[in-house]
Amino acid sequence: MATSVRATSDGSPPSSRPAPSTSDKSGSRPPGWRTKLFRFDTKASPYAYVAPFFILFAAFGLFPLIYTGWLSLHQVELGTHAKWVGFDNYTGLWDNQFFWKALRNTFTLGVISTVPQLMIALGLAHLLNYKLRGRGFFRVAVLAPYATSVAAATLVFIQMFNPDYGMINQLFGHIGLGHVDWESSKWPAQIAISTIVTWRWTGYNALIYLAAMQAVPADLYEAAALDGASRWRQFISVTIPSIRPTILFTIIVSTIGATQLFGEPLMFGGGVGVTGGTDHQYQTLSLYMYDKGWNTGELGQASAVAWVMLLILLLIGAVNLLIVRSNRRKLGA
Amino acid sequence: MAQLTEAARTAGPRHSSAVPTRRRRVKAGGAGKQQNAGPVAYVLLIVAAAISLFPLYWTVVAASHTDTDITQPPTPLLPGSHLVQNLKVVWNEVDMTTALINSTIVAGCVALTTVLFATLAGFAFAKLQFRGRNILLMIVVATMTIPPQLSVIPLYQIITNVGWVGHLQSVILPSLVAAFGVFFMRQFLSEALPIELVEAARVDGAHSLRILWHVVFPIARPAMAVLGMLVFVQAWNDFFWPLIALNQQNPTVQVALAGVGSGNHTIDHAAVVTAALVATLPLLLVFAFLGKHIVGGITAGAVKS
Repeated sequence: MATSVRATSDGSPPSSRPAPSTSDKSGSRPPGWRTKLFRFDTKASPYAYVAPFFILFAAFGLFPLIYTGWLSLHQVELGTHAKWVGFDNYTGLWDNQFFWKALRNTFTLGVISTVPQLMIALGLAHLLNYKLRGRGFFRVAVLAPYATSVAAATLVFIQMFNPDYGMINQLFGHIGLGHVDWESSKWPAQIAISTIVTWRWTGYNALIYLAAMQAVPADLYEAAALDGASRWRQFISVTIPSIRPTILFTIIVSTIGATQLFGEPLMFGGGVGVTGGTDHQYQTLSLYMYDKGWNTGELGQASAVAWVMLLILLLIGAVNLLIVRSNRRKLGA
Repeated sequence: MAQLTEAARTAGPRHSSAVPTRRRRVKAGGAGKQQNAGPVAYVLLIVAAAISLFPLYWTVVAASHTDTDITQPPTPLLPGSHLVQNLKVVWNEVDMTTALINSTIVAGCVALTTVLFATLAGFAFAKLQFRGRNILLMIVVATMTIPPQLSVIPLYQIITNVGWVGHLQSVILPSLVAAFGVFFMRQFLSEALPIELVEAARVDGAHSLRILWHVVFPIARPAMAVLGMLVFVQAWNDFFWPLIALNQQNPTVQVALAGVGSGNHTIDHAAVVTAALVATLPLLLVFAFLGKHIVGGITAGAVKS
């Protein structure tokens, strides 16, 4: 950041050399068109560089977002004219048991897929931070699941979690645990789905933590070691506090991801995926929205679900902000 | 939102020389604590690697057995000899060739444009002074929090109206640039590009396009390559919007998989797993050859889409 302060803060560079071709008349008082053009170029080019992102975001992000809000206040099916209904779509959700089910499922699936994932990732990053033989192999190996798609991973895990012939129930049989119904009972199904999420993302988050851990100054550990802190103690009181911003970052990103959970439950359900299982036992908000929008064709209601998701994300963001603020105050920083 | 910006900023690279891999190791060795790993650490890491790799290995195993083999306990754990027949079944059921070509086109286009636009914006945010820079950067980071669910309904209405349902452009256009790419390039260029180079080029009378071409792009190249790979992987694996915008007549690989998995076609489980293998294999090959660079890129960017 600091280096960029000097950058062209006053428009153009010294205009004594506008361009090679006109250099014979250097220092002319009224700036020539080349100098003007140069100055304009310097001033305007940053905006030209960031413009593609903002134009594309306005077209494919912001406009649809607002339009979705407008749709959520209308009764609308594809190809028909929208009819203003006020907040009926929202009150309709309020009275709908499947909406509440989806909201609860999104929350529970989010917790059981995010919390263990980030904790394992933290431990894994700690291990990867040791001086290791074959560290390159271990890093690529834990990242390999990231290369698989949601759809492919879920199709494979369905086979492993199959209640009748899947290898996980076979394994459970061998070690004396009973037969688990991974599909039609609520909690086993949700645990199976979270396993897929955790499998795909743990290595990725571990590498992010690893990057942060490598930036922790070595003298902090030396000082802690001098004070007689054990390795575990060092991990708790040096590593974790030092990488706190990164942890917060991964929590926010994972929470956002969990709120949108869609592909895993859809594919996990096979033919009944859209409803999230026969009894909606693992239907998430995203699935519920897809169900409303593309199964029953109620785009207005689907839009209301989308906006509820946005409000939830804003709420999570606000809570995060409060927690961080109060933490900071406690630390006196 | 401001909090997220700050978190994201601090979560970014401490040494973004992470992207060109060699130098970093030496540096990282000095920065971390670098105790030797004990036997327990090795055991745990081997377990973690095994859990990560086993489902991939078993995909190959299941794809090379018959449906009856994998649906009758005990489940086979060694590769069989049925792979070719399974591949034939997959190709009979869905148009995998089209799907693979489509996914390559989509992921390729999205990766190219994202890298280009992200480098431009990343350069501006990292090294140029302009009014509103900080607030605009904050907006970029904040847009990462908006889920795609918020835009699919209007986009679907639009592509229906213009007759683009089932056409690739409906999947490509909305993903031409990604906020995380902008942030990624900004993080890299803030440290890798000395501002003196840009200033010197200006003093020499170089206009911005020349500076871009002769100064920024050469320095950004390694990060552009890594970003390109990351975006390619994400675009290849993208699921939600392609599932809505495309159909089984002209699918991407993921859409084809969704068709196979929803039981519209067959209940040949071995063939289903084979389809998953076909969909994953191209990316696994990329990982096998370039995994180290991707690892470096993720640790440098530290951003999930």
